[in-house]
Amino acid sequence: MLEVRGLSKIFGGLRAVDSASLDVAEGTIAGLIGPNGAGKTTLFAALTGFLAPDEGSVRFRGEDITGRPPHLICRHGMVRTFQVTQPFAHLSVRENIMVGAYLHTPERALASARAEAIARQVGMADLLERTAAGLTVAGRKRLELARALATQPKLLLLDEVMAGLNPPEIDELIPVIQGIRSSGVTVFLIEHVMQAVMSLAENVYVLSYGKIIAQGAPRQPAADPVVIEAYLGHGAAQRIAATAHA
Amino acid sequence: MNWKIPAALLVVALAYPLVFRGNFAINFGVLVLFFALIGQAWNIAGGFGGQLSFGHAVFFGTGAYCSTILQLKLGWSPWSGLAASAGAGALVGALIAALSFRFGLRGSYFALITLAFAEAFRILTNALEFTGGGVGLLLPLKRSALNFQFAERIGFYYTILALTAISIGIAIWLQRSRFGARLAAIRENEDAARALGIDTFREKVKVMALSGALCALGGTFYAQYYLYIDPAVVFGVDKSVEMLLVSMIGGTGTVYGPLIGSLLLTLVGEYTRAITDAQGLSLIIYGSLLILIIGFLPNGLVDLFKLRWRRKARA
Repeated sequence: MLEVRGLSKIFGGLRAVDSASLDVAEGTIAGLIGPNGAGKTTLFAALTGFLAPDEGSVRFRGEDITGRPPHLICRHGMVRTFQVTQPFAHLSVRENIMVGAYLHTPERALASARAEAIARQVGMADLLERTAAGLTVAGRKRLELARALATQPKLLLLDEVMAGLNPPEIDELIPVIQGIRSSGVTVFLIEHVMQAVMSLAENVYVLSYGKIIAQGAPRQPAADPVVIEAYLGHGAAQRIAATAHA
Repeated sequence: MNWKIPAALLVVALAYPLVFRGNFAINFGVLVLFFALIGQAWNIAGGFGGQLSFGHAVFFGTGAYCSTILQLKLGWSPWSGLAASAGAGALVGALIAALSFRFGLRGSYFALITLAFAEAFRILTNALEFTGGGVGLLLPLKRSALNFQFAERIGFYYTILALTAISIGIAIWLQRSRFGARLAAIRENEDAARALGIDTFREKVKVMALSGALCALGGTFYAQYYLYIDPAVVFGVDKSVEMLLVSMIGGTGTVYGPLIGSLLLTLVGEYTRAITDAQGLSLIIYGSLLILIIGFLPNGLVDLFKLRWRRKARA
């Protein structure tokens, strides 16, 4: 569904994303992990048109969408959420979600009905008339998710929707995301909360210094020495192996 | 949708000149509606769309000069001129928006560029011959409704009432339509709006064209009402400030804010001049009132009504 080949984003002398290649298959949940500053959000931004890639290509649903503006990419079926939540602060939750729903219908009543259905799906039906500015962190994260879903995407890019949530909130959100996948939406998520990655993703990519350094089923990269070193520093893999033997 | 408020307002506005027949009263009504119209024009871009302009006079002046020149040079009827000026206002609005937004100007930079455009237009009309230069243009007196010059002021009153009603109708539509929802999204958070599939450039150009068209209608009305325009008045900073002021005092981004703001500011403006002869005293009162309102009701006078509703709802 999504094929990324040799994608690079360069800021001055820094290769924030360095010839990254990856695939997301239709109907799966894929994960993107990596240490802070690895370039995960930059990669998402380059995929969704918020940043123009300097090298490489992005193919999505059979079309080359490299460098297209965000609104066209969204209309083609790929939508992102923001790590730092970006609510329409003075609008109600319903109005926030309706903005997404209006992508496919000019009808107010229809958009409003869709907003209600999606609010139920992500568990914020009680909050529909609340102003977005008054939501908790967990509420805002759900709102990001709901708004993106309202555009009826084929591929949903989630940028750390679990960050800042407490464990019970995370436990609540995991089935929501699984439900989204079962409804036919492919999911690609950036996540630091390993519990979430392990229980959700089927395929995980690890990004470090802009490069994809490992890939596989979630437990596989977690045991990969290269990945351990990327997270914990040079020599860490050896020390862990040594303590394991001792 | 609650149609009671607009319907009641319309009835009051229609009846007003039949109850208060004096010239002063009707002139007052015309001024209130006139400022409500151009305030609403500003509000549609600045309040609903979040594109704060400091140079809306550019559209006002475009409208005033467009219909006036068409009459004087080509012998057009001012009513056709009214339609033409709306087109010209929309065109100038779209043009300024396309130029500014193509280069990513936002916030105060956008405000400054609109101010620069208004000043450029003022200086150009001041210098060019076919706009009459600094002397301005004088429309010949030919009293007839067909000529948009009513023998009775009440004709002007109902004309401006129709235009203002249209502007309020557009504001109501914005509150309930997809276009309005998209504008609110852009105003609140442009990046999020783009992520959700909104072509922010296009929507912003559209709202500036709409706002420019409405504002130009106000310009033509002004030219027909006073039969004289000059660059300093119709393209001046004063006009731009008056528009954003009525909107801000009343409440930006609301349907009735500009009308409420216009009512209060026209009341204060006219009556302080009527009750005192002391030079500048009326301006001091006017200014103090502005400070008080902005200090205590930063969201505008509509907040007063909202507070009362909330209290009622609780009781």
